[in-house]
Amino acid sequence: MGRIINVENISKNFGDFRALKGVSLDVSAGERVVICGPSGSGKSTLIRCINGLEEHQTGTIEVDGVLLDQSADSLSMIKSKIGMVFQQFNLFPHLTVMENLTLGPIRARKMRKSDAVDLAMEYLERVRIPEQANKYPVQLSGGQQQRVAIARSLCMEPTIILFDEPTSALDPEMIKEVLEVMTELATSGMTMICVTHETGFARNVADKMVFMDCGEIVETAKPDKFFTNPDSQRCQEFLDKILHH
Amino acid sequence: MQKLFIAIIFTILLSGCSGNWGWYVVNPTTDGGIINLMFLLSGLYYTILTSVVAIVISIVVGLIIALPALSKNRFLRGINRFYVEIVRAVPILVLILWVYYGLPQVAGITIDVFWAGVIALALSDSAFEAEIFRAGIQSVDKGQYEASHTISLNYIDTMRFVILPQAIRRVLPALGNQLVYMLKMSSLVSVIGMQELTRKANELVVTEYRPLEVYTILVLEYLVLILIVSAGVRWLENRLGTDK
Repeated sequence: MGRIINVENISKNFGDFRALKGVSLDVSAGERVVICGPSGSGKSTLIRCINGLEEHQTGTIEVDGVLLDQSADSLSMIKSKIGMVFQQFNLFPHLTVMENLTLGPIRARKMRKSDAVDLAMEYLERVRIPEQANKYPVQLSGGQQQRVAIARSLCMEPTIILFDEPTSALDPEMIKEVLEVMTELATSGMTMICVTHETGFARNVADKMVFMDCGEIVETAKPDKFFTNPDSQRCQEFLDKILHH
Repeated sequence: MQKLFIAIIFTILLSGCSGNWGWYVVNPTTDGGIINLMFLLSGLYYTILTSVVAIVISIVVGLIIALPALSKNRFLRGINRFYVEIVRAVPILVLILWVYYGLPQVAGITIDVFWAGVIALALSDSAFEAEIFRAGIQSVDKGQYEASHTISLNYIDTMRFVILPQAIRRVLPALGNQLVYMLKMSSLVSVIGMQELTRKANELVVTEYRPLEVYTILVLEYLVLILIVSAGVRWLENRLGTDK
C-alpha cells in the first residue's frame, strides 16, 4: 500500500505556546491510525493541520501527492480528499439532516440535487438512520447527530477521514452506536486517523497506535504491543490512568 | 393595556368638549373633517415607501460593510471602522440636509426630494445595520466555519448557506427595531419637503391653525403604523423560529 499522508517535522505555535514541536507521521492508504494522549498534547492540532484547518509554521504536509502550502489550489484539493468528524458534531442547525448532507455535494461537488439526495440516503442507511432525513439536528440524540456528521463527511466521498474525539461529547449509552459505525467504516478500507481514548475501539480497528505528549509523538506501535508493553514511561503512565479508572 | 389606551383616547376627546379644543378640523362626521383626515392620511404612501426603500438599501449596504469587519486583514477591518464611525457621528437631520442641498453641488447631479431622503436615511441607518450584522455573524460558532471547510464550501457559499441564515435569525429582533426606527426617522425628511405624514400635518396646521388636534392625529397615525409593523416582525420571528 502506498503512502497517502506524509507529515514531515511540522511545528505549530499558538502565540508562545508550542502546540507541535517537530512532529512526523506517515499514513498508508487504507491504514487506521489511532492517536491518543493527555489533553493539550497536540493530538487535535496535528489532525487539524493535516486538513488545513490550522496553519503549521515549519515542516511539510503532503496528502495524496499534494503539498499543503496554504495556496488556494492546494488547500482546496486537500480539502476535497479529507473528511472530518468533530467532537461537537458541528451540524448546521438551521438545515434538515438531508440538507446538511446534500449541501457539500451540491455546492462543492456540483452534483445534481436528485443525485445528491440519492447519495445522502445511501449514507444515511449506512449509518442506520434513514428515517431521520427530514428532521432538524436538534430533534436528534447526540449519537444520531454524530452519525449524521459521519454521513455528511462520507457524502463528500473522501479518501481519508479524520475523527477528532468523536465520542467525547456523548452520553455513555450513545458511544456504542457511533463506534459501531466507525468500526464498520474501518472494515470497508477507508484511511482513518482517529483521536480517541476509546481503547476497545483502538484495539479492534487500529493498525497503528500513536501516543502524543507535550506536542511530540512519544511512541508509535502496533496496538498489541502498545497496550501491553509500551516502550516509554510516559505512555505507560497514561495507559495506567485511562485503563484503570 | 388596551383598556388604558382607550381610556387615554377618551380623556383627550372629552377634555376637548369643554375647553378650547377644536376637534371639528378632523371630525369624521363632517365633510370638512373627512377632507382634512384624508389629506393627513395621504402622507402614508411616502412614509411607507421611503422607509421600506431606505431599509432595504441600508440592509444591503450594512451587510457589505459588515463583512470586512470579520476579516483577519487589518486594512479591511479599518475600512469597516472608518465607515461606521464617520456615518454614525453625523445626525440624521444634518445628513438629510447635506444630501439634498450639498450633494448635488459636490457631485454635479440633480437629485429629487424622494431619493435625497431615501439615500440620507439609508446611509445613516447602514452603519447601525453593519454593527448588527457583525454582532450576529460573530455569534455563530467557529465550528460552523470548520464544518463548512471540511465539506469544501468556498467563502461565499459558507456565508450564504451556513453563516448568514443563522446570523440573520439571531438579529431579526434588532432588524425589526431598525425598521420601526426608520419609520419614525422618516418624519425628518419632511424638512426637505417630502409629502409624507409629518409634512402633510405641518401643511394642514398652517391652513387650519389647529396644531394640537392635527398633531394628535399624527401621533396616532405613527402609533398604529408602528404597532402593525411590530406585530409583523414578531410574527416573522416566530415563523422562522429564532432558535432552531
